[in-house]
Amino acid sequence: MSRLANTFEALNQAGRKALVPFITVGDPYPEFTVPMMHAMVEAGVDVIELGVPFSDPMADGPVIQRASERALAHKMSLRRTLGVAMEFRRTNQHTPVVLMGYLNPIEAMGYEEFANAAARAEIDGVLTVDLPPEEGEHCAALLKARDIDPIFLLAPNSSAERIQKMDAVGSGYLYYVSLKGVTGAGHLDIDNVKAKLEQLRANTRLPVAIGFGVKDAITAKTIADLGDGVVVGSALISKIEANLDNPEQAKQEIIELLAAMRHAMDNGV
Amino acid sequence: MKQLIKMTEKYTMPDARGHFGPYGGMFVAETLIPPIQELNAAYQRYLDDPDFIAELDKDLQYYVGRPSPLYHAERWSRELGGAQIYLKREDLNHTGSHKINNTVGQALLAKRMGKTRIIAETGAGQHGVATATVAARLGLECVVYMGAVDVARQSLNVYRMKLLGATVVAVESGSKTLKDALNEALRDWVTNVDNTFYIIGTVAGPHPYPAMVRDFQAIIGREAKQQYFDATGRLPDALVACVGGGSNAIGLFYPFIDASSVKLIGVEAAGDGIATGRHSAPLSAGRPGVLHGNRTYLMADDDGEIIETHSISAGLDYPGVGPEHAWLKDTGRAQYVSITDNEALDGFYALTRMEGIIPALESSHAMAYAMKLAPTMRQDQTLIINLSGRGDKDMQTMAKREGIEL
Repeated sequence: MSRLANTFEALNQAGRKALVPFITVGDPYPEFTVPMMHAMVEAGVDVIELGVPFSDPMADGPVIQRASERALAHKMSLRRTLGVAMEFRRTNQHTPVVLMGYLNPIEAMGYEEFANAAARAEIDGVLTVDLPPEEGEHCAALLKARDIDPIFLLAPNSSAERIQKMDAVGSGYLYYVSLKGVTGAGHLDIDNVKAKLEQLRANTRLPVAIGFGVKDAITAKTIADLGDGVVVGSALISKIEANLDNPEQAKQEIIELLAAMRHAMDNGV
Repeated sequence: MKQLIKMTEKYTMPDARGHFGPYGGMFVAETLIPPIQELNAAYQRYLDDPDFIAELDKDLQYYVGRPSPLYHAERWSRELGGAQIYLKREDLNHTGSHKINNTVGQALLAKRMGKTRIIAETGAGQHGVATATVAARLGLECVVYMGAVDVARQSLNVYRMKLLGATVVAVESGSKTLKDALNEALRDWVTNVDNTFYIIGTVAGPHPYPAMVRDFQAIIGREAKQQYFDATGRLPDALVACVGGGSNAIGLFYPFIDASSVKLIGVEAAGDGIATGRHSAPLSAGRPGVLHGNRTYLMADDDGEIIETHSISAGLDYPGVGPEHAWLKDTGRAQYVSITDNEALDGFYALTRMEGIIPALESSHAMAYAMKLAPTMRQDQTLIINLSGRGDKDMQTMAKREGIEL
């Protein structure tokens, strides 16, 4: 059983939901990321999504775009991201790490070399935004052969047929994008998410993490009640952006926000 | 779309999922899968729908002004002393370039699909103007994304778009050019998928765009083939067209792909020179990768990050190229060369002074290559160059280079 499957299974048995933070690797500078990851674990997160910076992040809103630009200015790359993950793993054996990014850096490295390098870095899951299952079966097979979960996105307009397809090709969890739009957008509609989750549950047995539009403890709690996990990204990165002259302050504010989310998810607001 | 002589039959690319060999495909985020499938279904349906074709033909004739002439540039041919040069006059179309062939087609599709809002990306502004034009005519809301750098260097076209009622959004992210405009248009589309039709201006993007835009632009090659055949009873020896995304080139090439005696030559922008790294020539000096929904040749570094490009012409300033060109390159059916900014200027002045036709800076790249190629050919051989757009939009750029204040 993969580290991701174990994590969701254990949470499920404890009646708890996964808190999944997303940060862009190397933002605001490369050495920031590993201590941030450990601090987030201490704040009670269950899985960490590491955003791999890309020059053309087509599905991301302005907050994550700028995080990518800051990281790229420090020459952050897919290879260096794997190095960051490896460093984290030296002192943490239990928290799953998922890479989230775009396909071209993987194309440039080569699928097989990437899969091998990800396995060496003990990466647990890979979510490639612009690689739908139609184009991604080869990549998914390479990852699965190395016990790495290929994770796929589902959207509000995904049909039952597509949900079944993701269920077949994906593993670990499915990432439900709770609104039509880019990351960091504001118009989260809880009733729509609730209705969609029923359709998702009817078509997959994989855990469902919900993201896009999670901003604070209240939205985290509300969303957590609907799915198996909550992904929070832009709200965290906004803290980094607001404190570029004082990254330790950013770290502190991120920890406080995640701790508040954890508390709300476990105990109610 | 009447076909009087044999066009393309043996060549059947792309496959059902939009692949040209290893290139093309549908590399998009999940939210875009349903609208792309909806678009593909509509496109497949109307491609063979007699009502749709009749409406499109009528618009192309009475609104765009087709057929465009195939003009024998006799003085310039004599001056160069080699092949006979023919110009396919896409510069004479309504709005001044070949871009309108595609926007008329996609706008008719949008109307039939019940979409009320049109978005587009633009580089030089020719596609933006062509989109704003058809949106005005059909009474559709129109938003055009344009890199902030391009907004500054193509201000005339920005004004034209605004006159036509479009909202022009200056994109400030990344390199602030065409690729960033495309990113932003994709973000808009993800957010407004229900009522919005995205008119992509070139043969890039996810399937079905590369094939669909090609099919709308193939009118260029069909006409040229027929016109040249009517005049001479034979086929030309070579075709030359500039390649940014590659829509005018594929439009000219496509009906000739089966005719193996006809050389197909695409001209990329070498900018300051390929060796300087400051260029926009992915087929000449790039590598395969995935960007904007398809696999193709790209300008990217060893980490797969997209490199900033350069060309004197905003319309060629793009790090990718249509996936069908990647396929035609690998199979050897077409060859791709490059022309520097300075060489393009030579082409610009030559056509202006020899034939009294001011070409767009994009098309000037094709002219410049023809100046190299024609003298190496016999006088009984023929070169058709796609004059894809007129130079009016470039007057400010040119005057500035000459130190003249307009």
